[in-house]
Amino acid sequence: MSCLPSLPLPSDPDTRIQMRPGPGSEAARRIVSVYLPRFSMERWQRVLARSGEAPLEDLPAGLTIEGPHGPVLHATNRAAEALGVKIGARVTDMRAICPDLRADYADIAGDRAMLERLMLWSRRWCPWTCLDAEDGLLFDTTGSDYLWGGEAAMLARIEEAFSTLGFSADLAMAPTPGAAWALARFGPVRAIATPRTLAADLAGLPVRGLRLSADQTLLLDRLGLKTIGALAQVPRAALTRRFRASAVEDNPLLRLDQITGRLAEPLSCPEDPPRFSVQTRLPEPVEDPAPHLAALCTELCRVMGREGMGVRQLRLSIYRTDGEVRHLETATAVPSRDPAHLERLWADRLERIDPGFGFDLITLSALWAEPLADRQTRLGGGADDDIALARMVDRLTARLGPRAVSAPAPRDSHIPERRESWVPALGAAPSSARGDPDRAPRPLQLLDRPEEVHVVYAVPDGPPAQIVWRKRTLRVIRFAGPERISPEWWADRPSARLRDYYRVEDQTGQRLWLFREGVHGDGRAEPPRWCIHGIFA
Amino acid sequence: MSVTPSTAERLRHASSLIDQLPRAARPLPRSVPGADANGPEDVFAPGAPLLSEVFSSTGNCGVPVGFVLSQLPERAFQGAPILWIRDRLTRLEAGRPYLGGMRPGLRVIRVDVSRPVDALWAMEEGLRCGTLGAVIAEVWGDPQVLDFTASKRLALRSEASGVPAWLVRRAATAHLSAARRRWRLSPRLSLCDPHDPQAPGQIRWEAELFRTRTGKPGHWHLTPGPDRLEVEIPSDEVQDDRWDADHPLPQAV
Repeated sequence: MSCLPSLPLPSDPDTRIQMRPGPGSEAARRIVSVYLPRFSMERWQRVLARSGEAPLEDLPAGLTIEGPHGPVLHATNRAAEALGVKIGARVTDMRAICPDLRADYADIAGDRAMLERLMLWSRRWCPWTCLDAEDGLLFDTTGSDYLWGGEAAMLARIEEAFSTLGFSADLAMAPTPGAAWALARFGPVRAIATPRTLAADLAGLPVRGLRLSADQTLLLDRLGLKTIGALAQVPRAALTRRFRASAVEDNPLLRLDQITGRLAEPLSCPEDPPRFSVQTRLPEPVEDPAPHLAALCTELCRVMGREGMGVRQLRLSIYRTDGEVRHLETATAVPSRDPAHLERLWADRLERIDPGFGFDLITLSALWAEPLADRQTRLGGGADDDIALARMVDRLTARLGPRAVSAPAPRDSHIPERRESWVPALGAAPSSARGDPDRAPRPLQLLDRPEEVHVVYAVPDGPPAQIVWRKRTLRVIRFAGPERISPEWWADRPSARLRDYYRVEDQTGQRLWLFREGVHGDGRAEPPRWCIHGIFA
Repeated sequence: MSVTPSTAERLRHASSLIDQLPRAARPLPRSVPGADANGPEDVFAPGAPLLSEVFSSTGNCGVPVGFVLSQLPERAFQGAPILWIRDRLTRLEAGRPYLGGMRPGLRVIRVDVSRPVDALWAMEEGLRCGTLGAVIAEVWGDPQVLDFTASKRLALRSEASGVPAWLVRRAATAHLSAARRRWRLSPRLSLCDPHDPQAPGQIRWEAELFRTRTGKPGHWHLTPGPDRLEVEIPSDEVQDDRWDADHPLPQAV
């Protein structure tokens, strides 16, 4: 304790930190801090619920990230917390406490992206919002609250809106970001601090509410300064001397000044992403949008060209006279702002939009825009080869749907059907097949799902002699094999069986690839199955 | 279209046979690259920018796919993507293309359609794009929309853009069509593997070019090698049993 500065007695009122409003307090800022205590967990619930497999909320579950000694918990739900599962502990340790803990991997980048979307979404209440670490948002609602019927009503509505989305939120409003942050996490429910009541509201909060680093919080705790009020009683001179070389997140005095508003802490709110939307108002309701599309596309491309952006996803909306709105969407493989190309993407699809008894407003908006610089790739003008290819993919996708146009995505696997998966060509440029083909011959065509056939063969593991496939009997003239392909134990179910592949030729010269799944005596109840999997040239 | 050959046709064919006699006396395996342009082999030159139709003997046979792949231009293996269109019935019966069994370097954009009219539309869209290596469409049966006009459109578009177009017809009959070359393909029993007498060895096909705009129709035995196609005139055609009812004359164009 010798390193402690000698604290003067808090007798002289002028040396104490003043927690009273500064000048101009009537025009004080109003900052709302939104704390989402279980953001990762609730987002995970939402994602699972969308695919219809939402886990019960009273079963313990947690999300993990990789630690130096195996996975550690990143977030837990209420049930797990009640059973004593702690965030930051190793999963193996927590399984000892709670054996049926369900652990899944956390999606940190997905959480971040979701929080950014939430930040833009919450600009419905006020024009300035920004992110606050990984689990919070800050709004500058100065002057906005009267639109929502007062501060208390606005906080209630914000909380209600978040809970409608499935996120539990703790909110507080205060004149400074620091105070709102502390009140949201450690204060009463929907706390509202005015400049007059700020000192009293903050006095009882723990020093963790100062946004200090863990070391400094521990130090203050050991010094006996448990609350912000206790810290505020310490004379400034002593705190300045003690923490003069510390950065702001290690400096209780600077943090205290930020909370009280003595030290300015501006919010830096990112700008809205640019929105591109053009519209045509019609004097009378019409039923065919086609004649107006060319002008709309030209106008949209002109607007986007001014900003140096190109469109990736487009939405056409018609506003019908009966009050309904109908949408049609399309997408492009590379950013584009060529009016003729955009117009052609709609060509075959306009018939799918239901005009009802007519519509009198059409809007065309870019849902997703990407930077697209003006560039010339050839001296003589003309388009690139890749552009022509991408436009062909756009047109095919616009008419046939994104799943119908696909490109191969080779994967590391030795199971034939997993080795080659197909992804929509709209997302990724088509890649060539992998460089190292299999040594053994592979068929040119692979059946989407292996077809079970009846095979006559010498038990237990003889080659096929006769196959009945699609009601035709094929006599095996020649065969080669077996080539054994084992299941991938790290990816397959434990019940997966090995496959013995044969290359056979029948009496007509048709060459097939078939396998026997499993062998006699491999400990499974069913006898081996035979399946046709591919067709050779 | 099976017409009994008239006397004039027989005569014309006999004269063409006489022209071929010195060559056909010994069925030499001829390799495709570098073959003289006047011989019957020039129909096997890969990458001709025209519409060809390939008929297969059975619905799920792999020979047409293998033959089309052997006829792709060299640029298809050097980065020019190929557009591969399959309709729903072909997907059910013959599965999907498996790049693991094809020559490496092929870039494939696969298009799955449910109606034959969409397959033809996608083919036309592909032929509009001159950077493609080839456009392959597999259509099951004899759809109404695939008539002479549709095939003429495809043929003209293919010639205009310089992209080879292949129409693989499974379980189909050869009705009227504007395809520049029409093939009928079937598998033959493969040769024995020299290292394993039970195993299928070198594979062999039988190809019949029954209609062509350039060159002559013909009937060949094909032996696909790793990078070239060995072409051989069947020995039974060299002998005089060519007039058998089992081997009808190739139709004149």
